Amino acid sequence: MTTEGTPVLRTENLRLFFRTMKGVVQAVDSVSFSMPRRDALAVIGESGCGKTSLVRAILRLLPSNVHTYDGSVFLNDVDVMKLSEERFRTNVRWTKMSLVSQAAMNALNPVLRVGDQVAEPLIVHQRLSKQAALAQATEVFQLVGVSPDFLTRYAFELSGGMRQRAIIAMALITRPDLIVLDEPTSALDMLTQANIMNVLKGIKRDLEQSFIFITHDVSTTSELSDRGMVMYAGQIVELASAEQFYLDPLHPYSAKLMASVPTLKEKKELEFIPGQPPSLLNPPTGCRFADRCDRRFEKCDTEPPLEQLQDGRWIRCWLYNK
Amino acid sequence: MQQDQALLSVQNLRTWFELRRWAFARAGWVRAVDGVTFDLPRGEALALVGESGSGKSTLARTILGLYKPTEGDVVFEGMELSKLRASQMREYRQDMGYIQQDPYGALPPFLSLRSILSEPLRIHGIRDKAEQNRLITNVLTEVKLTPVDDFLSKFPHMLSGGQQQRAVIARAMILNPKLIAADEPVSMLDASVRVEILKLLRRIQESHNLAVIYITHDLSTVRYFAERIFIMYAAKTVEKAPVESLLENHYHPYTQALLAAIPDPDPENAKTLRDVPAGEPPSLVHPPTGCRFHPRCPRAIKGLCEVEEPPEFRPVPEHSVECWLYKDRDTTPGTA
Amino acid sequence: MRNYPTIFASFIIIGILLGIAFYAMISIPFSEAALKWRGAEAMWEDTPRLAAPIWFNAFRSEKLSETINLTRADATITEEAVSETIREETWVFEYDFPFASLPTEIKTFFTVSAGEKAPMVTLTWVKPDGTSYKLTTMTAATGDRYSISADSKFSREQLGGEDVSTALYRTADSTEEDPVVLTGTYQLIASVYHFSPDSRIDIQFVNFGEVYGVAGTDHLRRDLTIGLLWGTPFALMFGLLGAVGSTSITFLIAAIGTWYGGFLDAAIQRICEVRLQLPTLPILIMLGTFYSRSIFLILGVIIALDIFSAGIKTYRAMFMQVKNLPYIEAARAYGASNMRIIVRYMIPKVAPVLIPNFVTLIPSFVFLEASLAVLNLGDPTAPTWGKILNDAYRNGALYRGYYYWVLEPAILLMFTGLAFSMLGFALDRIFNPRLRRV
Repeated sequence: MTTEGTPVLRTENLRLFFRTMKGVVQAVDSVSFSMPRRDALAVIGESGCGKTSLVRAILRLLPSNVHTYDGSVFLNDVDVMKLSEERFRTNVRWTKMSLVSQAAMNALNPVLRVGDQVAEPLIVHQRLSKQAALAQATEVFQLVGVSPDFLTRYAFELSGGMRQRAIIAMALITRPDLIVLDEPTSALDMLTQANIMNVLKGIKRDLEQSFIFITHDVSTTSELSDRGMVMYAGQIVELASAEQFYLDPLHPYSAKLMASVPTLKEKKELEFIPGQPPSLLNPPTGCRFADRCDRRFEKCDTEPPLEQLQDGRWIRCWLYNK
Repeated sequence: MQQDQALLSVQNLRTWFELRRWAFARAGWVRAVDGVTFDLPRGEALALVGESGSGKSTLARTILGLYKPTEGDVVFEGMELSKLRASQMREYRQDMGYIQQDPYGALPPFLSLRSILSEPLRIHGIRDKAEQNRLITNVLTEVKLTPVDDFLSKFPHMLSGGQQQRAVIARAMILNPKLIAADEPVSMLDASVRVEILKLLRRIQESHNLAVIYITHDLSTVRYFAERIFIMYAAKTVEKAPVESLLENHYHPYTQALLAAIPDPDPENAKTLRDVPAGEPPSLVHPPTGCRFHPRCPRAIKGLCEVEEPPEFRPVPEHSVECWLYKDRDTTPGTA
Repeated sequence: MRNYPTIFASFIIIGILLGIAFYAMISIPFSEAALKWRGAEAMWEDTPRLAAPIWFNAFRSEKLSETINLTRADATITEEAVSETIREETWVFEYDFPFASLPTEIKTFFTVSAGEKAPMVTLTWVKPDGTSYKLTTMTAATGDRYSISADSKFSREQLGGEDVSTALYRTADSTEEDPVVLTGTYQLIASVYHFSPDSRIDIQFVNFGEVYGVAGTDHLRRDLTIGLLWGTPFALMFGLLGAVGSTSITFLIAAIGTWYGGFLDAAIQRICEVRLQLPTLPILIMLGTFYSRSIFLILGVIIALDIFSAGIKTYRAMFMQVKNLPYIEAARAYGASNMRIIVRYMIPKVAPVLIPNFVTLIPSFVFLEASLAVLNLGDPTAPTWGKILNDAYRNGALYRGYYYWVLEPAILLMFTGLAFSMLGFALDRIFNPRLRRV
């Protein structure tokens, strides 16, 4: 994991709040982090922690009930938040950043041929001819391990695993700087998951691609990540290298999360975290995990800042901040 | 094993579904369960592991009486499912509980928790309000949805995922069953809640001496829950063993692939490719000839595996495999 | 509630309609209303024919003549004994006539209870300018009516053939062809000679105006307010019963068919498909012509036809989705019977979707009844809005300029439809969250 040159992605105080019938949900609350090139970052958290909203915030895929959306998103040091919607669409979305979304297998249009869909980003964004685009589609299909014969088929003729690979191909075809994957394998069988992970590993190695990988399945993330970022209640609580994170998580939440993951190879006693994450409608003042933490103390009544420790990791916890 | 009858006995069960194209033409059968045999005594937890489409859910549903066996039989407490008439089904189901994957979907959204829990009681003839209250209170206390009075008037959408699943467990337990079928009970829950629910289920199983069929595609949870494990592939049970025995010696190539595919959270994972067979599980309408895994099997024996379906072999007592690789390693038939 | 102002508006209108319905039912009991509505001339002899509503005059500078109905209470009565057995009773009806147009008819009605000999009545007309006419001398019997305005004998003898009403009301210097109404105080003096001591008379004197009442009158002189008032509960009831009956039975059948599947489901679907090919109106016309036009029979047949049609197919689609939900499967697993699953688990899940449909169905039934009535298929004796429209149509109301006759029921129908539709659409947004805008 080298940090050469500018980070491919950097956010500063990124905020995304939604307006709902019950009030304002503070889904992403001043998230700041940076990602070097050729890095694979795993964003880990449970439902409601804000990780999917983070994806939306970075890719500007916003629903109609947005309350607040500000902060900065630097893609290769260019603040894309400042771009107009139209410029963002043509220049950034899918050309420089693409998305493999949850249950992406269902994202394939059933009435279009697979090849046409996969080639579409090239035709739309890069104005390639259909022939040239399909040629690239063939190439990228080979990269993901699907026979180019399937370019002329329809979505229902492909199995679940193949559809997922087609979606990854579609995200890859414009050779973006960054690919964001939101739960890419959660709907798949174990063997197919492993196969897809192999595909992604190959792409990372051969194309030197950067990934952000979002999931709640901690074990799977270890397949691909160089670094791990844990989110809780809309904030980053820990950001560390893979070794640091999987072997020795420091933040009490990360530690408990790792302890709750059942392992096959080693026998361990499983722990669980009692209680529930706080509501994002009215986040508590002070540390948001304090309620469920068994190591809290008085200082936890004030919100700890995200600080970098000596070993390079970032952590938001009074136990470690000095 | 014991001389007396096992609680549940599945005998060469086949559950097939008819494919209908037009109103009258037949297009074939989906052979969802195709030849499964085992016994389940009281108090034992059995894990059924397999991918989607392997037949595990269909097997559980057949046992619960939701499907009729096409061939073979399910014998529960001496009642033979294939011979039961509709009017006898209620008696059959009285001692069984069902826990489903989707906790929210499993609860009727327009009924309060009290109504949801009293439904099974009413159906099975317990109409006395005081008795109903007693049973409901007991079961809610057991699943730790307390204070009970607070939860009784709540509707499903007011509960968290974990609480909903506890309510589902409560409903499954309220008639004091002897067998519980739990179909992926935690896969839709968050990681930190899964452990809680699994521990709860384990505790209930132990205290009530329940037989549990635990269905999952996540092998890693199995060691925390079950005594025996069955690996299912393409509607057949390809390997059956006590959990520890399976984790030490996995015989069937499919089992080996499964275990190789499951990552433990280990940063080294990112550096190597996994060794997994390519391909997809086969169609259940036209399964491959012979052994159903042979198209993907790295150790298939030419001339044998694609021709004949392997019977069960026991390389080790109490550990059976349906694989030709072990045809010379059959120990004297123990019980499985 | 605050988020949906249309609900507020619709509640107001529905509230008004309900108020009218209740008022109608309380103030005029149905038997009386039906009688009156069915009643022939005898019921309505003291109302004008085809008169517009009184408030028309608010929009006119030259006022149309109002109906002036004078009875004993309005008269000054004096009595004088002429001889032992003969009495003279003098009735003076005095009234103001400030209008610019002539009354359509002028009549007097006598109710007499006499001994052997009927009393004799002499009528005298006195105009504001002092001119007077002796109209007639006649023997009055019970139930006699004397139409002043139609007295041709009087016209011939005293007016030179001029139309009586014109002559009695115009100024002296205007002509018959171009009369100007003489405004002022008029008098009708009736001198009654009673020939026996127990002879009594009651006189009613009516100037039939061009306007009458709140709603005007129709060709049978019926006060339209009765029809409009009583039409309200009729409309609401027809609408409600029709919608309730139709929807609930459709729902139940769709649920049962979907749940049991197989032959039952197929049979129900085929019945619906056949029925969808059949035209509703000709069936109803045949029924009404050859069998009976009772409003309840028609309603029943309409409901039956409505049940086995597109509704079942729509609901079936919804029930098919519900059928596969996990909690239904769980119910089977803990032993719920088929009927229990249908009634207790499937129907309540889909029912909220039903409510907006149900509400918007109410005006459909109301309009249906009106349409049937206009086409002469409805119950001819029931006082409904549709019947009023039918009468208006058959008497060429629009052609002859009696717009009020058509507009009044039409506007009421329109408001009913509007209110329920608004309510239905708002409820649709409430029960169907996907239609909401946050």
